[in-house]
Amino acid sequence: MTATKKSFFAKFTGQVTLKRGVSAILIFLVIWHVGALFDDWFGVDIIGIGLVPPPADVFAAFLEVIPKIGYWQSWVSSFSRVLTGFLVAMLIGIPFGLLLAVNRYFRGLFFPPFEILRPIPPLAWVPASLIFWPTNEMSIAFVTFLGAFFTIVINVLGGARSIDISYLRAAQSMGASQFDLFWKIVLPGTLPSIFTGAAVGMGITWEVVLAAEMISGGGTQGGGGLGFFIWNSYMGGSLEQIVVGMISIGIAGYLSSSAIRKLGYFMMPWRRLF
Amino acid sequence: MAMGIALRMGIDMSANSSTTNQNGKIIAPQGFDLFVYKTKKYLGQLDPYLTLMGIGLWLFAYWVLCEGLQIWRFDKLPGPVAISKDWFAVDPFQGISIFTQEYYDHIIVSCRRILIAFGIATAFGVPLGLFMGWSRTIRDYIFPIIEVLRPIPILAWVPLSILLLPGFEGPVLFLATLASFFVTTLNAMLGVDSIDEEYFRAAGCLGSSRWDVFKNVVVPGALPFIFTGLQISIGVAWFSLVAAEMVSGDLGLGYLIVDAYMNNVTVPMVIAMITLGFIGYFSSAMVRMLGNKLMAWHVKELSQQGR
Amino acid sequence: MTKEKHRNSGLGALSIKNVTKVYDPEGVNVLAVDDCSMEIAGGEVCMIVGPSGCGKTTLLNAIAGFHSVTEGSIHLDGDLLCGPSKPLADQGADRMVVFQHGALFPWKTLQENVAYGPMVQKVLAPREAMDKASTMLAEAGLGSFLTKYPGEVSSGMARRAEIVRALINDPKVLLLDEPYRAMDALTKQIMHESLLETYDRTGVTIFFITHDLEEAIFLGDKVHIVTTRPCQLKKTVEVKIPRPRSYETQSSEAFRKLLEEVSDAVHEEAVKAFQAGEREMA
Repeated sequence: MTATKKSFFAKFTGQVTLKRGVSAILIFLVIWHVGALFDDWFGVDIIGIGLVPPPADVFAAFLEVIPKIGYWQSWVSSFSRVLTGFLVAMLIGIPFGLLLAVNRYFRGLFFPPFEILRPIPPLAWVPASLIFWPTNEMSIAFVTFLGAFFTIVINVLGGARSIDISYLRAAQSMGASQFDLFWKIVLPGTLPSIFTGAAVGMGITWEVVLAAEMISGGGTQGGGGLGFFIWNSYMGGSLEQIVVGMISIGIAGYLSSSAIRKLGYFMMPWRRLF
Repeated sequence: MAMGIALRMGIDMSANSSTTNQNGKIIAPQGFDLFVYKTKKYLGQLDPYLTLMGIGLWLFAYWVLCEGLQIWRFDKLPGPVAISKDWFAVDPFQGISIFTQEYYDHIIVSCRRILIAFGIATAFGVPLGLFMGWSRTIRDYIFPIIEVLRPIPILAWVPLSILLLPGFEGPVLFLATLASFFVTTLNAMLGVDSIDEEYFRAAGCLGSSRWDVFKNVVVPGALPFIFTGLQISIGVAWFSLVAAEMVSGDLGLGYLIVDAYMNNVTVPMVIAMITLGFIGYFSSAMVRMLGNKLMAWHVKELSQQGR
Repeated sequence: MTKEKHRNSGLGALSIKNVTKVYDPEGVNVLAVDDCSMEIAGGEVCMIVGPSGCGKTTLLNAIAGFHSVTEGSIHLDGDLLCGPSKPLADQGADRMVVFQHGALFPWKTLQENVAYGPMVQKVLAPREAMDKASTMLAEAGLGSFLTKYPGEVSSGMARRAEIVRALINDPKVLLLDEPYRAMDALTKQIMHESLLETYDRTGVTIFFITHDLEEAIFLGDKVHIVTTRPCQLKKTVEVKIPRPRSYETQSSEAFRKLLEEVSDAVHEEAVKAFQAGEREMA
């Protein structure tokens, strides 16, 4: 019972949508501005946004940090942490997930403990890994890895197991070896799920890096990062800089997930139609 | 490898418990018989034994590393014996066990926070998402704002929410609600998008008003997506809750973990982690069960397709 | 008596005049229907046959009020459905659509599905609607499946229930868009017999899109063959096989002759469409 579905983007692009979108953002900024300055104007605080700096101040703070080298160093160290954890998770997670999918003995042995550990929120691992790993940097890397790992494995497993069995039979009937089956059918068939998992995993990785930087880097030896930038601004009581940090992380997260989307588009030409 | 993939289709065991009635017709087992049949069939397969072996092997490896041989760095972590000794002790060595009131206090506080946050997020997120899917105007105005705010990781909100909201409870609830809200809203909206246009057309030509369409097509059609969303949403709610409790909190399982770490007691830390895992698992299972109950049609459709 | 009724009623006459439809997705103009005209008398079974993606469904959508027309007009019993002054027809209970992929609401039981129309139109109280639905489903041989969800019954039964869901609203015209497309030949045969029986009972005008030539001749009073895109009327074949028709009808000499005639006309178009590489569109 599947028919032509309205394409999401086809339905909602166009002049009207653009105008409304822009005006929605403007309205949002105005509300932000009014809410922030409500106290100054009327002497009454709105709980929740009363203390937020107005957008203009945030913009000024942004201009202030942009030329500073420390701010960009935060970007670099956060990005390198995210990438390390994420890449390790991909390198281990993809083969692990595929093995779980294709070998029932492997699945029987490794899936249950995996499923037991999976519901534990990644951040709950932070103290344990701080105890276990010799350096802070290693424990951050480990927790980051964990965050992405579970998501990637589950997606790879689901993806590989939902491959239409007739593709495998067709390949076998054409004389494909086990090796071919894996590289020509199972792997490409799983690619879409790998990318879905990667996109979600990337989001989690950013969360975890941020938290780890705030929890452990809140000390001195964390080596900066955007999480530390926010935490430092918090300690210094600079609300403008907190918001600047939040926006920076938003941009960083957005850049990383669009990079994954681009890569997916590039690697899966057969899915470009959709 | 293909064989491995084929094997997952399951092996039909000959545990035949179907009974025959007076006319000699074979009837399918029901009730208790069905349960017995299913159990027998399950036990006849290899999987349960592999699972048991897997868990056993891992526990053993864990014990060997941490307690048996006390390998470097692993010796710092509590092993399975130490944990279970304390967990089930009337008078635990490190302060937390199933007999101490404190343990339950933390659990109850965390669960209450999740209930509130998840409840608020669902109560606002589902209708908002449905309206965004249903009305183009609403989507055009709301969606850009959500898309601008969404890339900011929930944890980046931590300092701001601590500064802006009063008390311990405010920031914690805010963070968990926010995380949950985005997921729920987007999934409800995508749920409406996923409804086949023919259902809208059918409803239209059967003479539905716009409100009829909303009640009879939009809401039920989006339900499968909504419940997928809710399962993810309760997961991220736990995720953010733990983070928030770890940073700013006075009670709760996340706080228990950090508190134990600060006080150099490792066993309560691990107990809290495992407890979080269990509760997290059960809460999402409960959401799933509720979903299945509300979507009998969906469950039956899937089972007809052999899924 | 039933046959008399529909021949006398004569309601549901569709007149399609010079309809043209241009799609404009992403700025690329696609001419789907070009100056297409047909007259369908009340109570007639009109079969539209043509190659995939030729714009037959576009025509149906224009009648049902799902799509606007670019030019031309469509009248139902002399009343304007859509025309230059009003490009998009209102969706109304006088024209009921049975969809290509089936559009019974999967979240409602068969009975709830059938009762839905009268309920939302407020012509019947919910209770009465449910009663009427169960009576009508029972007449269609679905009496024991009232509380089943569409996902639980076979596609043939679902399709039959969908036709009941349409008929409960007493439509003047029944619009069917390749309803039996995905069915095997044996089920199809049963569905045809059931549709013929329904038609003999109600005498509703039927506008039926299909690829299946035998189906077209077996069911229809007239077979309209349309060209590949843009859709234009190429030829009309009248089927003068008396009703009620039965399974045996299909082996008669008259049937085979008609089949040849239709087949010749449609084959040429199919070749053109195939060579143009049209992707089948729903």
